[in-house]
Amino acid sequence: MAKFDEKAKPFSKQWLDDRLAITTVMKVLNIEYWIPKNINFLWAMGMILAATFGMLVISGIFLLMYYVPTVEGAFDSVNYTIMTEVGYGWLWRHIHGVGASLVFLIIYIHLFTGIYYGSYKRGREMIWLSGMLLFVLFSAEAFSGYMLPWGQMSYWAGMVITNLFAGGSLEATGFVEWIRGDYVPAQAFLGRFFMLHVLLLPLVIIGGIGFHFATLRLPHVNNQDGEEIDFEASAKLWKEGKKKESQVIPFHPVFLSKDVFIMGIYFILFFYLVFYNFEFAMDPVNFDPADGLKTPAHIYPEWYFLWSYEILRPFPTDLGLIAFGIAQVIFLALPFLDRSPNVAPASRRGLFKFWFWALLLDVLVLTFMGKLPPQGIWNTIGFIAAVMFFVLWVALPFITKLEKKIEE
Amino acid sequence: MSTRRNFMGMALGGFTALGAVGGLYAAKRTWEPLPSVKAAGFTTIDLSEAKAGELVTEKWRGKPIFVLKKTDDMPYHDRDVVIGSDRYLITVGLCTHLGCIPAYNSSDKMFNCACHGGKFDVSGINLPGLPPSFPLDIPPFRIEGTKLVLGEKGTEYNKMLADKLTRKV
Repeated sequence: MAKFDEKAKPFSKQWLDDRLAITTVMKVLNIEYWIPKNINFLWAMGMILAATFGMLVISGIFLLMYYVPTVEGAFDSVNYTIMTEVGYGWLWRHIHGVGASLVFLIIYIHLFTGIYYGSYKRGREMIWLSGMLLFVLFSAEAFSGYMLPWGQMSYWAGMVITNLFAGGSLEATGFVEWIRGDYVPAQAFLGRFFMLHVLLLPLVIIGGIGFHFATLRLPHVNNQDGEEIDFEASAKLWKEGKKKESQVIPFHPVFLSKDVFIMGIYFILFFYLVFYNFEFAMDPVNFDPADGLKTPAHIYPEWYFLWSYEILRPFPTDLGLIAFGIAQVIFLALPFLDRSPNVAPASRRGLFKFWFWALLLDVLVLTFMGKLPPQGIWNTIGFIAAVMFFVLWVALPFITKLEKKIEE
Repeated sequence: MSTRRNFMGMALGGFTALGAVGGLYAAKRTWEPLPSVKAAGFTTIDLSEAKAGELVTEKWRGKPIFVLKKTDDMPYHDRDVVIGSDRYLITVGLCTHLGCIPAYNSSDKMFNCACHGGKFDVSGINLPGLPPSFPLDIPPFRIEGTKLVLGEKGTEYNKMLADKLTRKV
């Protein structure tokens, strides 16, 4: 037995320290976890994502109490029971729908912030990879959740997305039927996606968030200039009371108080949408019950999947699938495709500046085209944007290789 | 000492791997379609009441089945199901790209898919240069007088499959 204070009062600080080392834990994770001063509001997106995930979990718990995961009961349990009978059921549903949409908006901001400031390289590769893993997990969580109201869009999105797994000319229809547990999306399909959405995927996501935080602890967060800060020297200054000279602040309470302020602004927007403008997250087509004999006139995914959907759409089956597959994983390779030694904002990185804005613009164009019907000029623009997406990624190693090293 | 430890390690690893393989196999089987789902995979449809040029949609294995009795001006194709002097287009009504239901337009005699812009003619053949790379699939069928049993493979269907006129569904 390690030495401990016999006289400490139960649950006093000393008593807890002897048993749980809370002072050490608080130091490592909070009061001596140093954050650079040289950051802006974009550095608050991580905690905003964590808070939004919290909102999704809480609203999900209440929806789960009345949701019925059967093909006969699901649609009415959502649209009748929860929306009209359950007290404040509409609130949970609107928080859940709006939260699912906003979580992707913030994920995209978070992701493009990381690209802009070069926060994925020189010691920060694992932060990027674990973040992209979370993006994949959130995508799976969003898709499985979209099946649950069992409306027309649920059914046909389920049909189209599971058909992707036939692999085009590979004709793996047996594999698709295995995924569905039926020839078409039906009870077995709804049951398993219900399980994935409310249990397995949330568990993995929580683990993934923990891992993402852990990848941050040693390399620390990046800053607005990509400057390599001597965290130990700066921390020493802070602890000596030279707070002005120090380049860092402690995570708790200084950084968190700024974070919470930005979170406050974010939640004003969040609840404005929940109470007054939730329709954008509620596709009208999904208010028709699932019908396997009638395709909606125009099928499109939620806005956050439109860009990758538009990469699939303009090509023939096999080529489209290959393009779609590559687009899903190419962002993972970013730390290894960027050959430049510089960690700096894109604005100071020569050609990379144009690459960054071109990629952002291209993803926006793909998003808009994905929503428009596949005809005429929209087809052409979508096709060009899809090709551009790959041209940009192929060009990345070359333009970053050419980049001059920024002298300090 | 170290050989004993190695032995223990390998024995533990071996049994753990065996358990993991067993568990994965059980999980794979649990995820498969149920026997009752597979047993319900047969449907009989009557073709005698079909009117030429009018599309009828039947249901087989949860999927829509297009039945179109061809008019005389619609071209013959080896994919046609022929009963007496009548020719029928019988296909699964799901686009071979990603599975949306193409809509039949009787004026231009085309099946148009709203999802990704695929087009098929009245023999179910995909138009070139568009996302779908295969004709509409013909479901397994057996002819019984003027009726079709969907899900069973008759000689006519097996011949189409052998001639690569359709894919296995």
